[in-house]
Order: sequence, then C-alpha cells, then structure tokens
Amino acid sequence: MTAAGAVLEARAINAWRGDRHVLKDLSFTLASGECCKVVGPNGIGKTTLLRVLCGLLAPESGAALWRGRAVGRVGAEYFAELAYLGHANALKSDLTARENLKYLVGVRRPLAGTEIDGALERVRLVDCTDLPVRVMSAGQRRRLSLARLWLWPAALWILDEPTTNLDSAGLALVESMIRDHLHRGGLAVVAAHQRLLDDDERVRRLELA
Amino acid sequence: MWTWIHKLGSPPHAFRILDRLAPWFGWAALALILAGAYWGLVRAPADYQQGEGFRILYVHAPAAWMSLFVYVVMATAAAVGLIWRIKLAHAAAAACAPVGASFTFLALATGSIWGKPMWGTWWVWDARLTSELILLFLYLGYMALRSSFDDRERADRASAVLAIVGVINVPIIHYSVEWWTTLHQPASVTRLAKPAIALPMLVPLFIMLAGYQLYFGWLLCRRLQGEILRRERNAGWLEEVG
Amino acid sequence: MTESAGLIAAIRLVVRRELTLAWRRWDEVAQPLIFYLVVTTLFPLATTPELAVLRIVGGGVVWVAALLSSLLALESVFRSDVEDGTMEQWVLSGQPLAWLLFAKVVAHWLLTGLPLVLVSPAVATALGLPTSVWPALVTSLALGTATLSVLGGIGAALTVGVRRGSVLLSLLVLPLAMPLLIFGARAVEQSLAGQPAAGPLQLLAAMFFLAWSLGPLAMSAAMRISTEG
Repeated sequence: MTAAGAVLEARAINAWRGDRHVLKDLSFTLASGECCKVVGPNGIGKTTLLRVLCGLLAPESGAALWRGRAVGRVGAEYFAELAYLGHANALKSDLTARENLKYLVGVRRPLAGTEIDGALERVRLVDCTDLPVRVMSAGQRRRLSLARLWLWPAALWILDEPTTNLDSAGLALVESMIRDHLHRGGLAVVAAHQRLLDDDERVRRLELA
Repeated sequence: MWTWIHKLGSPPHAFRILDRLAPWFGWAALALILAGAYWGLVRAPADYQQGEGFRILYVHAPAAWMSLFVYVVMATAAAVGLIWRIKLAHAAAAACAPVGASFTFLALATGSIWGKPMWGTWWVWDARLTSELILLFLYLGYMALRSSFDDRERADRASAVLAIVGVINVPIIHYSVEWWTTLHQPASVTRLAKPAIALPMLVPLFIMLAGYQLYFGWLLCRRLQGEILRRERNAGWLEEVG
Repeated sequence: MTESAGLIAAIRLVVRRELTLAWRRWDEVAQPLIFYLVVTTLFPLATTPELAVLRIVGGGVVWVAALLSSLLALESVFRSDVEDGTMEQWVLSGQPLAWLLFAKVVAHWLLTGLPLVLVSPAVATALGLPTSVWPALVTSLALGTATLSVLGGIGAALTVGVRRGSVLLSLLVLPLAMPLLIFGARAVEQSLAGQPAAGPLQLLAAMFFLAWSLGPLAMSAAMRISTEG
C-alpha cells in the first residue's frame, strides 16, 4: 500500500492532562504529500496531540482516523505505516549505534547489515557505528534516532521536536528528510517550536493555544 | 431500558439518584443492625460450649463475609470501568476500597477479641484470620497504588488492573492458607470454630448480614457522591445542586 | 509494503538484547545474588549458629530470602525501557506487546532467578539442610521464582514511573506471592521429613502455568496505561 490516497484526520479531539483541558475540539485533515507543523508554547499540548494521533493515548472524546478508520481500532495495520519519534530517543546507552538500530527496528522487520550502514551514512554517523551511545553527544543521539526513519518506510511520520539538540547542519538534514518524504507522497505531523520548514507551502501550521 | 442505564452513567443524573437512594439504605441499615445486635447480643441463647463470648460472632462473621464481598464488587466495578471506559464505575471502585478495608479490619479485630478468651493470646495464625490479614494487605496495596498517581485517570486504570489480578488471587490465597493451617496439627487446635448453628442463631446472623449489606449500600452511595463531586469539580451542573 | 518480522524472531531478538545489555553491566546483574547471600546470613546471626536448629526453618529462610531478592531485582525490569522511550516504540511496533514483555521477563529470570536457584543448594547447606532436599528445593525455587517474575512484572509495569516505586512494588506483589511461599517452603519441609514433595510441587506448577498464561496480558494492559503520558 503506498501513501497515495492516505488521509489522516483528527475529528473533534478532546483531551485532558490531569485537570487541564489541553485539546479542545481539535479537528484537521491531512492528505498525502502534506505536512502539519504543530506550534505553540511549552506545555500547550503538542506532545499530547501527537500521542493521541499515534494511538498511545486515547482522547476523552473524538478520534484520530487513518484511512477512514479510528486509530484505536486498527492497531497493527496502522503501526505498520507509522513512524513515531518522541521526545526520548529510545536508545540504550550501553549498545553501539549499529546495535541500537538493529535491536530497535529489528523487532519490526528483519534488517540487513548493509541497510543499517546506509542509514548511518545518511545521518552522518558512520564514525560512530561501533561506539556505545554513552559516549555520543546529545546531537549525535538525536540524529541516530532519526536514522530509524530510513529503516522503516512509513507513510505517516509523527515527529515530536525532531530538531532538539541539533545544530544548523542537523536542522538542514531534518528539513531535507521531511521534504523528500512529502515528495514521495508521505504525510508528516511535526511538533516544533524552532524554525522548521517555515517557507514551504506544503506545510500547514496548526497553532495550539 | 438502555436509555435509563445510559443516563445512569451520566454524573449529574447519577448524583441525583444516589441522593434519593441513600437515606433509604441508611435508615434500613440502622434498623436491621440494631435489631440484629439486640437479637444476637442479648436475646439469642448462649452457646453451650463457648458461653457468652461467642456472641461476637454476630459482628465478626458478617464483617468477614462483607470484606470478601466488597472486594469482588470493587474488582467488578474496576473491570467494568476498564473495559467499557465508564468513569462512574472507576469512581465506584475507588469508593469501595476504604469500606472493604474497614470491614476487613473489623473482622480482624473482632476475631482477635473472640479468640482471646479461648486461646489466651490476642492473635493466632488461624486460617480465616490469616486470610483476612492478607486481604487487608491487598486492600491497602490497592489504595496505596491509587494514591501514588497524580493523574486520576491513570490511577483509575492502573488500580483496576491490580484489582482484577487481586480478585483472581483471592481464592488461591484462601485455599493455600487453609491448606497451610491443616499441615501442622498443634496440641491445641486453634480455630475460630463456628458453634453448631441452630436456627435461633441463624436468624440474627442473617439480619446482621442484611444490615451490613444495606450499610455498605448507604456508604457506597455517599462515597460515590463524594467521588462524583471531586471528579466533576469544574462542571456547571454542580451549581444547580447547590 | 515492507515485510514485518516474525514473532519468534522478535522474541529472540529481545532476549538477545537483554543478555547483551546484561553482559555489559554484569555487576548490576550480580547484585540481587549478593543480596540473597547477605539476607540469608542475617538469619543465623539473629537466631543461632546451631545447624540443627536452623535446619527446622531452613527451607523457609531460603525461600523468603529468594522472594525478597527477586523482588528487588524486578523493581527495575522495565524502568530503563520506559524512561528512554523504547517501550513506547514497542507499543507501536505492530508486534503483540504481551509477547515482547514475555520475552523480557524470560530474559530477566534467566539473569536473576536462575542464578538464585543454582546457588540455593549452597545456601541450604549453610543452613543445615541435607543434600536430600536439593531436588525439591531447586525445583520449587525454579517454579516459584519464575512465577514471581510474572507477578513482579505486572507490579513493575503498574508502578514504573511512580516515585519510590520499589516499596510499593513489594507491597503489591508480596501478598500475591504468599501462596508460592507456602507451597515452596512446604515442599522443602516434606522433603526434609523424607516424604515425597510431589503435592506442593504440583500446586506450584499449576500456579506457574496460570501466571505465565495470563500474566503477560495483564503486563501488557498495565504497560499501555503506563506509557500513555
């Protein structure tokens, strides 16, 4: 199944975090080749929204729909087309860069060594292939967690602050990754409070207030 | 019929229904408990073997029964809340816990008081007392887990999983403790042996049990109302209730 | 569309990962074992050095020490994965979460429970128990620690992220583990008295199967709740 024709829809999503009503009747539609950039100050609910879209968190009312079916109901079929990058990198500090990718993505699909090498090359971490993550800098770790996106061809990318700890070269890398993804027909929801893809017309802003 | 049940799940409606039910439960409970206490503690014949002391059975046995019953109600409410995502069910489970723990404590205390004249000590590792003690631990664990979360929804759902795991374990624990006490036959068999139950004794026992059930019903209504108030703090309908 | 990994392959991968991580931090793996030995030593110090007396409660002491050590180790079984974000990736992996957690608990038992079981004959001897009880001791501890791993796994999944969760975990799991203790210690006792320990061992086995068949589902439900926020 290609990404063409896929639609992500948020329908009247309401969510609370504790006693705070963070998402109020939120609705939007995202089609193939489009990106939604979620902006807003810290604590406004960007992460909550992304987690609801992933299916990690069930909203109080309303639903997120992928290809017309509620995310909560679809399960494995949805996850097969989804790649989620959270705040945390999902890296084990005692494993090397290569091992981290092997064990993390390997749970989803069998990986060949050459594929891992290729992904590390794209994020410019070839020098760190056999270094434990413990000795890598915060920026390198973030790039390593981005490498996952090459190894799991997903139609929908949900990225929570992908540019954290990255320098301007890293920022450019993320932008080019997202642009290529949209060009191939993919969809992306990106939470960011830095400058990211601000001048691209395929990117729509969703301001949470 | 379904609309009635559906309405029951809505907090303002439930609040009103509970408000109307509670006094009925309360007064009936009071009446039955007083009647049962008078009958059992005063009027019923003394036991031929244990004398007057056994009268505390009328307080102890229903309390022990209730402690188990309330746990099952709590676990059922928690399961309903978890599976069908009904907030009121979670509130009911939360309301049950302290009540069940109190019944358990009452059973333990009265069991201990009952045993003192018989065994000469305040505590023995009798099968039922030990089971009640472990049940108390289960209640306390449930309440501790609930209070360790800041987020109420997470507290509800995590403690629901615990309650369900617990209720599956209760028969296992009960059986193994029972078996454990039969293994070692000490010189004096220390058991809270029920005296041979004759009809004049059964009647006050059932009256007390019914009284406790209604008392539980009353407590549950009031506590559930309290839970609803706490959870719906910000909702508009509270002002109408006044 | 990319092919997904088979479930067996995923389970094998998880177990390999756990073993690799443990190999690099073997000092962490050794701690519960050392704790086991230390706790066992407390009992003779608190009562008497006479083996003839210690023997009477020896089976119980070995079991209580094993329970406490296992619980100590279980407290952190899921913590690092939840904190670094691996667990939410597992939830989103498309593999049944219950099986991935099953794999983790199996690996955890191999690294903590199994060493306890293997060391227990030595501990038993130190408490005056004869070698004739070793078969009952080892079997009961193997079944018991494995069952406890599941119960502890459920508790750990519920309390991961709770501050001071270790005490809470023990409070939640120990009452549920009391039947294990009753039958496990009894197996050793019967063996000591020269009687066959089949009865208690069969009950332990029944609890083992019940725990391992339903436990991973409870763990999975608990883990989804814990990875929401």
